[in-house]
Amino acid sequence: MSLSNDDVRRIAGLARIAITPEESGEVLERLNRMLALINEMRAVDTAGIEPMAHALELEQRLREDKVTEDDQHKRYQAVAPAVEDDLYLVPKVIE
Amino acid sequence: MNATLTELSVALRAKKVSSVELTRACLERIGRLNGALNAFITVDEERALQEAQAADQRRARGDAAALTGIPVAHKDLFCTRGMLTTCGSKMLANFVSPYDAHVVERFAQAGAVLLGKCNLDQFGMGSSNENSHYGPVRNPWNRSLVPGGSSGGSAAAVAARMAPAATGTDTGGSTRQPAALTGVCGLRPTYGLVSRYGIVAFASSLDQAGPLAKSAADLALMLEVMAGFDARDSTSVERPAEDYSGRLGAELKGLRIGLPKEYFGEGVEPGVRGAVEEAARWFESQGALRVPIELPNTRLALPVYYVIAPAEASSNLSRFDGVRYGHRAREFSDLAEMYAKSRAEGFGAEVKRRILVGTYVLSHGYYDAYYLQAQKVRRLVARDFQQAFERCDLILGPTAPATAFPIGAKSEDPVQMYLGDIFTVPAPLAGLPALSIPCGFDAKGLPVGLQLTGPWFSEARLLGVAHRYQQATDWHLRVPRETPL
Repeated sequence: MSLSNDDVRRIAGLARIAITPEESGEVLERLNRMLALINEMRAVDTAGIEPMAHALELEQRLREDKVTEDDQHKRYQAVAPAVEDDLYLVPKVIE
Repeated sequence: MNATLTELSVALRAKKVSSVELTRACLERIGRLNGALNAFITVDEERALQEAQAADQRRARGDAAALTGIPVAHKDLFCTRGMLTTCGSKMLANFVSPYDAHVVERFAQAGAVLLGKCNLDQFGMGSSNENSHYGPVRNPWNRSLVPGGSSGGSAAAVAARMAPAATGTDTGGSTRQPAALTGVCGLRPTYGLVSRYGIVAFASSLDQAGPLAKSAADLALMLEVMAGFDARDSTSVERPAEDYSGRLGAELKGLRIGLPKEYFGEGVEPGVRGAVEEAARWFESQGALRVPIELPNTRLALPVYYVIAPAEASSNLSRFDGVRYGHRAREFSDLAEMYAKSRAEGFGAEVKRRILVGTYVLSHGYYDAYYLQAQKVRRLVARDFQQAFERCDLILGPTAPATAFPIGAKSEDPVQMYLGDIFTVPAPLAGLPALSIPCGFDAKGLPVGLQLTGPWFSEARLLGVAHRYQQATDWHLRVPRETPL
């Protein structure tokens, strides 16, 4: 099964990646080549096989519910594109 | 400049050379060769020389650690405080991390001198180093060829003797494949052995950091520095530290070496097959036993990898929103457009393709058919190895089916590029350690990589077996003809 231009637009919307009309043909063609490769595993009989989410069957480690990091917001915000009064700036979202 | 880490460390201890002299020699070579090879994105001479001076003082005080005074380079995917961490992407072109990765801290504690940051395929996604915003890295054996990827800059830096050792990361082969294509050694440790803290995430269930160096003994020294529990990585494994360099004298007599028939079939270049079979015969001559094995699900490893890695990447890379760090588009009308344009401008084409594939296989209506199915087939691939290791101690084969290829030869068709990863992708899916060492040259004079894969946490044995081979051969000491000493 292969993708259509509409599928690519929908996926790009979900992924929050703008695709221009000029590049959409190439993106579609290459994604379909990747899917053709991926589709080789779809017909495999996996009845009764447990999904393997991780390489090692590890227990998730829990830590104590204690503060371990001190406040370093000034350092972390120094790499942000736009900050004012210790707040990250984004375009207006609520009218 | 062709000395191993062990030799350098002996020379430093005996005061035959100082760290400042060694660092200057590396910087001089980087200055001379990097214009042509493009192995480094960032070189900080001043900082390197300061660290070298500090290392010489530390040695004079008598409290030198394993790598004190030895210059190294980090793949530009490891966060370094006070130095750019670009991930080879426009998205992070101006990013200076507020903290160091665990691996970076470890090297600093061991006294290593940081030369700079190595070029890579953007966010670790690629097998040729052509997917870098900073331009392709060139192979020191022939500058019209790729060095492999994604740790292509690290591999080229070691191959061209610009740095005695470098770090890399390996999600689907990114330390081993470039090591093979440039004639150096590269190790992917067992998943969980090296902390992922501060490594910009690509596919979290597969990502592992590993060393690149000239010899297996050097990989062992590097791994001792890198390995160990770190509470800041939730998948870091708690286990006692191992003395890898102290256990290099592996016994070859009676060693059961598995040769998978799938790794020697069609699609493997004759020059590669010949060199790898020659190495297998050498092990036999030393008393090792040749065990024919099968890994029947090998052909499914690539389709599985190209579902799981993009799925995890689409989730991990959603953090690049143009708000907290990274590139932000100049013009936009609202928040949605700011996200979409920032990401479209910041990410390269291959990164975007993988995010789109990942988004698709995780999306409503396709999750079971793709993502869940891939996780089930992943278990089949892992089971092949478990069954094989009942009959053999380690698995030997080629690291890549072909030697280095021309820049541009495969960039038009991503799937052609992926097929070269057929032998490096299975180990990460199963979480296994694997290494690549040079085992000869093909008819074009290009290095061939030999891959050894072992059960979980068998690094000591893999390194020991590789070391024994390197005591009898000198492939790993050959210097690329285009970058003579």
